[in-house]
Amino acid sequence: MNRIDKRFAALKSQQRRALIPYITAGDPAPQHTVGFMHACVEAGADVLELGVPFSDPMADGPVIQKACERALAKGTRLTDVLDMVATFRATDAETPVVLMGYLNPVERMGYEHFARRAREAGVDGVLMVDMPPEEMAEVAPLFSEHGLQSIFLLAPTTSPSRAATICRHGEGYLYYVSLKGVTGAASLDVDAVERQLAPLREITDLPLCVGFGIRDGDTAAAVGRVADGVIVGSALVSRIAENAETPETIPAALKAVLGDMRDALDRSDGR
Amino acid sequence: MTKFSDLTRMPDAQGHFGPHGGRFVSETLSFALEELEKAYMSLRDDVDFQAEFDRDLAHYVGRPSPLYHAQRWSQQLGGAQIWLKREDLNHTGAHKVNNTIGQALLAKKSGKPRVIAETGAGQHGVATATVAARLGLKCEIYMGAEDVERQKLNVYRMRLLGAEVHPVESGSRTLKDAMNEALRDWVTNVDDTFYIIGTVAGPHPYPAMVRDFTSVIGREAREQSFAQIGRLPDALVACVGGGSNAIGLFYPFLEDEDVAMYGVEAGGDGVETGRHAAPLTANAPSGVLHGNRTYLMSDEGGQVSDTHSISAGLDYPGVGPEHALWKDVGRVQYVAANDDAVLAAFRELTRVEGIMPALESAHALAHAKVLAPTMRPDQHIIVNLSGRGDKDIHTVAKIDGLEF
Repeated sequence: MNRIDKRFAALKSQQRRALIPYITAGDPAPQHTVGFMHACVEAGADVLELGVPFSDPMADGPVIQKACERALAKGTRLTDVLDMVATFRATDAETPVVLMGYLNPVERMGYEHFARRAREAGVDGVLMVDMPPEEMAEVAPLFSEHGLQSIFLLAPTTSPSRAATICRHGEGYLYYVSLKGVTGAASLDVDAVERQLAPLREITDLPLCVGFGIRDGDTAAAVGRVADGVIVGSALVSRIAENAETPETIPAALKAVLGDMRDALDRSDGR
Repeated sequence: MTKFSDLTRMPDAQGHFGPHGGRFVSETLSFALEELEKAYMSLRDDVDFQAEFDRDLAHYVGRPSPLYHAQRWSQQLGGAQIWLKREDLNHTGAHKVNNTIGQALLAKKSGKPRVIAETGAGQHGVATATVAARLGLKCEIYMGAEDVERQKLNVYRMRLLGAEVHPVESGSRTLKDAMNEALRDWVTNVDDTFYIIGTVAGPHPYPAMVRDFTSVIGREAREQSFAQIGRLPDALVACVGGGSNAIGLFYPFLEDEDVAMYGVEAGGDGVETGRHAAPLTANAPSGVLHGNRTYLMSDEGGQVSDTHSISAGLDYPGVGPEHALWKDVGRVQYVAANDDAVLAAFRELTRVEGIMPALESAHALAHAKVLAPTMRPDQHIIVNLSGRGDKDIHTVAKIDGLEF
């Protein structure tokens, strides 16, 4: 069983919500990323989303754009990100790792080569923001063959027929984008999210995880009441940005944010 | 049925031009694109919509634009006869308005009160701000901070027209970054906003839709050829950044096998120097950016390359997916013109014909200068004079050591 499925099965049996942090690999410099990943796990992360930096992150707000710029300025490439996962795996064989990013670095590496290298490194899932299931026909089998799960986004604007297609192709979990906008955008409306998740539950058994707009324990707990997991990105990446000059302080800063969220989620567990 | 008939049946239902094109966007944009596709598909064959579009092109833009025989320049070059398709004479001074009229009508029919656009040289921004003013639509334009600096005149024009211009400071601060920012705006304001893309790139249905609107250039040129030359031309030449003016001229001639076509990319300091914006000429690999797969300048790690060109309007690392297909099948030859050759052509046309071309269009002229002498005086070349050069006076003056 894939690490992602295994983790969600365990969470389900414990009636707990998944806490899924996102950080951009190579931010503020490549040598720090593996340490940050371990810090996230120590603070209670269930799945790690590791961002592959890209020059043109069209779906991201300024916080993650700048993280990409910092990572790229230090020369972080997709091959380096795969090496980071391999290093992380040497001491953590359990925590699922999902690579999240844009298609072009993978396209340039070549899908087969990428899939092989990703499996060797210990990657479990791939979320390519600009690759919808309709464009994945040739790539999906390659990914499956190498044990990589394809994670897809769902949005408030996704039509029912598209949602059905996405649920059919999706693996691991579904990433529900809680609001219209880019990452790091304004606050989210939990009631609206709950209403929108309900019809999805009818058509899929995949865990529904919600991202965009989750910034602290309160928002995490609120979303945790209606979703199977919460994804937190910009709130963590801002901490990294604030402490970029003193990277040794970043693991503690990440743990503080995630620790609050973990506690809040666990206090409000059970539906 | 001719060798190239298949090319007129592109794209497929998912927006693919062979291996290129498609719809590579975040899920947050899928609905907006489905909606747009439906709206466009229902209106493209609608007689009333087409009549309104044609009426605006005639009475607001001033079409048809003339096909002008540049006799004196042709004689000096000593080869083929050069004809200029005078898109510079359109209202707003460039071909861009053909497309913005069409898309703004679509915005109005779709009930969207707000339009946004990206712009490089500012021509598309001006054309968008213009039609927005006329239709009473709120208009916001994204423009790379570097381009805001080198195209001050157009920035002020847009502001006079009532548009808000946002300088984009991220990335390389040029056209591609402006497009990123416009996409971010669209994702956020998708309910009330129509995104008027200015070239034949982007996710499906944009490349096909923009091509259809801009093809009025080639339809007219084809008729004018028969009327003025008495036959089809031997060659067409147009500059290619994203490639909309070139597609507009070329598309109606696709099946005319004997008409050669040349797409002229921005050679910058020279393709061999790496400082250029000529993905096709440089044989750039396939990539995905801004919603479509196409030939794209990127480094080995897949990061999109910075580009260089004297003309802001061609400063783009990719190219419309239909051009990528036309390169593959050999229907169009893609070449590059370097900055110095472009400047020389700019000066030459101004002095010899009294027509000051946009620096973008001067790329096409630079290649015509190379091509014409290799042909006979009874042969004919149509060059798309895609825009006028007023906006570039500051750039040229600066090279001459002058400041205003």
